[in-house]
Amino acid sequence: MLKFFLSLVGAVAFVAAGTGPGAEAQQPKRGGQFNFAISAETPHYDCHGSDTYATLHFSAPFYSTLLRYNLSKFPEVEGDLAKSWAVAPDQMAYTFKLHEGVRFHDGTTLTSADIKATYDRLRNPPQGVVSNRKATFADIDTIETPDANTVIFKMKAVNSSMMDHFASPWNCVYAAKDLATDPNWPKTHINGTGPFTFVEHVKGSYVAGKRNENYFKKGLPYLDSYRGIFTLQAAAMLNAMQGGQVLAEFRGVSPAERDRMVAAMGDQLRVEESSWTLNLIVAFNVEKKPFDDVRVRRALLMAIDRWGGSVGLSRISTLRSVGGIIRPGSPFATPEAELVKLPGFSKDIAKSRAEAKRLLAEAGVPNLKFVLWNRNLAMPYTPAGIFLVDQWRRIGVEVEHVQSDTAPYLAALRAGNYVVSIDFSNLFNDDPTLSLTKYLSTTKNPLNLSRANDAEIDKLYEQQLREGDVEKRKALIRALEKRLFDQAYQQPLLWWHRIVLTHKTVMGWKMSPSHNLGADLAEVWLNQ
Amino acid sequence: MADVASALPVSVPLARRRGALLEFSRQQPLGAVSFVVIFVMMFAGLLPQFVAPYDPLDIDFAQILGAPSWEHWFGTDAFGRDIFSRIIWGSRTALVIGFASSFIGSAIGAVLGIASAYFGGRIDTWIQRFVDVLLAFPIIVLALVVVAALRKTVVYGVDVNLIIAIAIPIVPRVARVVRAAALTVNVMPYIDAARAAGYSDQRIIFRHMAPNVVAPFLIMFTAFIAQAILLEASLSFLGLGVTEPTAAWGLMLSGNAADFYREAPWMVIFPGVAISLAVFAFNLYGDSLRDYLDPRFKV
Repeated sequence: MLKFFLSLVGAVAFVAAGTGPGAEAQQPKRGGQFNFAISAETPHYDCHGSDTYATLHFSAPFYSTLLRYNLSKFPEVEGDLAKSWAVAPDQMAYTFKLHEGVRFHDGTTLTSADIKATYDRLRNPPQGVVSNRKATFADIDTIETPDANTVIFKMKAVNSSMMDHFASPWNCVYAAKDLATDPNWPKTHINGTGPFTFVEHVKGSYVAGKRNENYFKKGLPYLDSYRGIFTLQAAAMLNAMQGGQVLAEFRGVSPAERDRMVAAMGDQLRVEESSWTLNLIVAFNVEKKPFDDVRVRRALLMAIDRWGGSVGLSRISTLRSVGGIIRPGSPFATPEAELVKLPGFSKDIAKSRAEAKRLLAEAGVPNLKFVLWNRNLAMPYTPAGIFLVDQWRRIGVEVEHVQSDTAPYLAALRAGNYVVSIDFSNLFNDDPTLSLTKYLSTTKNPLNLSRANDAEIDKLYEQQLREGDVEKRKALIRALEKRLFDQAYQQPLLWWHRIVLTHKTVMGWKMSPSHNLGADLAEVWLNQ
Repeated sequence: MADVASALPVSVPLARRRGALLEFSRQQPLGAVSFVVIFVMMFAGLLPQFVAPYDPLDIDFAQILGAPSWEHWFGTDAFGRDIFSRIIWGSRTALVIGFASSFIGSAIGAVLGIASAYFGGRIDTWIQRFVDVLLAFPIIVLALVVVAALRKTVVYGVDVNLIIAIAIPIVPRVARVVRAAALTVNVMPYIDAARAAGYSDQRIIFRHMAPNVVAPFLIMFTAFIAQAILLEASLSFLGLGVTEPTAAWGLMLSGNAADFYREAPWMVIFPGVAISLAVFAFNLYGDSLRDYLDPRFKV
């Protein structure tokens, strides 16, 4: 039933998409170099320890995963390295049979030991290794490898989201021998089984890959080579696309950028749109004063007019929908009628701001000043920062807006060197567990950048994870959401709307509600 | 009686100053016009809250990309912010950064230039090679490198490192000009006399040399205010200067302006005009000041 709902949402999401590049029924052509833009440069190469698309758009073509999403039938899951799989009737064991003869780029053969090493690193990273997926794989008890092509995941408890977790694009499979050499080896080196082999990374400029002649999916990839060019300035990226230096950018552009490119390129351009499994979050570092006081945090959230902001910001940025912690419109999302009752979502903004001022005065910080830490990405981080500064000024709060490049931005967030920040929740599907993991206690999930520890949230998370009844699960998710917003550790600002531009010559790439998916380029070809 | 006596010393310099201003206006009419532009800009920059009709940071989504009108003389931007008010407040950013970086760069450059000329020998060689190295970089490239290396340090709403980044490229240029002027002064008989009288280097430099290179210093200082304003606008345009939502002219030309300049050309026209006018005024004033102060131009 859940899958049906999710499929329905996926289908609805593509209504506005128009004709996708995969839709033209043509015989794929082999060859050619594909140049595309990546609008941020990854801080490192390790998929496991990253939460930014910049890493996936860089690393995904070099790696395979156990399962993946079939983007033609999203959110249906299909095998990648797994040839077949079986789920035990009690959902306490997942058995995967691997493709035979899969080779890493260094020539060594992939075995179940590599899968085990990869998932051991994901669920229980060694000292000094960051795994952002630690919480999502916490239910795995043991990983067994009865033979070289079979791997069995035995569970501690039933987890209704496991198949989605296995299909996560972040689970790049690494070679066990590489991890044995140095657990942090994948941060600075590339050795995968993906459709492309690594050629070079010129920092600040581009990443290049060439066809993996030994790729285990016969006939793929179609391209000879590709180059992902780092174009941090949107204007530069659009100019490059207009000039044909790059043929695509897979993250997304703003409505204004779309209109400009359509006017300039006409039918040479393909435009695809979808709602986006991505939101910006306002996060407070609860370890820093005065943000250890719930009244201060709640006051700041109550000052934000999301409903008015969504109308204006959707005209000028990729920000669009007002929603709670689950993507609006998806099966588990909080309906608007319930959402408006939560702190920070009231439609009576005057009353909400009056209450916010009262809370600040009560907390003894009527003239609060702080630095808002933000990412130096024009879309949509800058508009979001401008909007928040304006909203907080309206309750007498003075904010200094500081933007930083991706690597130092993330480093500061992870280290807790901020007081208030614009964070993001970068999802790849609408599975509630995936969305909620972000808000688990920071001891359980380092991705909770508010650094809050809340046993009640952890308990509700656990309960919804084990709950098989959809309505009961929804109730638990609502309870978790209410607790989170009452405590105001962090809160989604707005959800994004994805617009992807590609040259008409780019074929085989598939649009989805997540810019983390479909980044391996295996089926992309050039109709030139 | 006492009142009359105390008024006398004041009234005389005032009259002299008025006379000097009139004389400057008569000799340099374009300089006088540019002075008026600078004065207006300074007034707006010092008291923007009395000049600007709106708060420059106030977002009004009902007014997104509004064309120039009686309510919004220069139109509104992508956030519905009043562009006229942002230009008024932007003049403060331009002036603070322009004056501060030009003064710091010119002052350090003047000290290096005078020291280089006065001491000569190895000190001169070392300073001049250092100046050569700095001059080898285009001004914008050097500023870019410095601003990228120093990052942001905001003190009282002003990015100190941005000021330093703009001041550094000014240093060698002023040092070179001031050194040339100081070399001329250095061979004057009164400097020899001061040396013969046993005055200290410090006293000779600050009492006898520095006052005689004030004219080129002032001219360079004024001219580099324009350069600094332009540099600040360029760095902000490139995303390395001041950050949103601060009102700054260069910043107004980047970001959303690049997205909407076709449907809302006023988003780029008015900040562009403001930058051009300010740079033109300071350059013209600097030139006029040079013509007015330099006796060679009076011959």
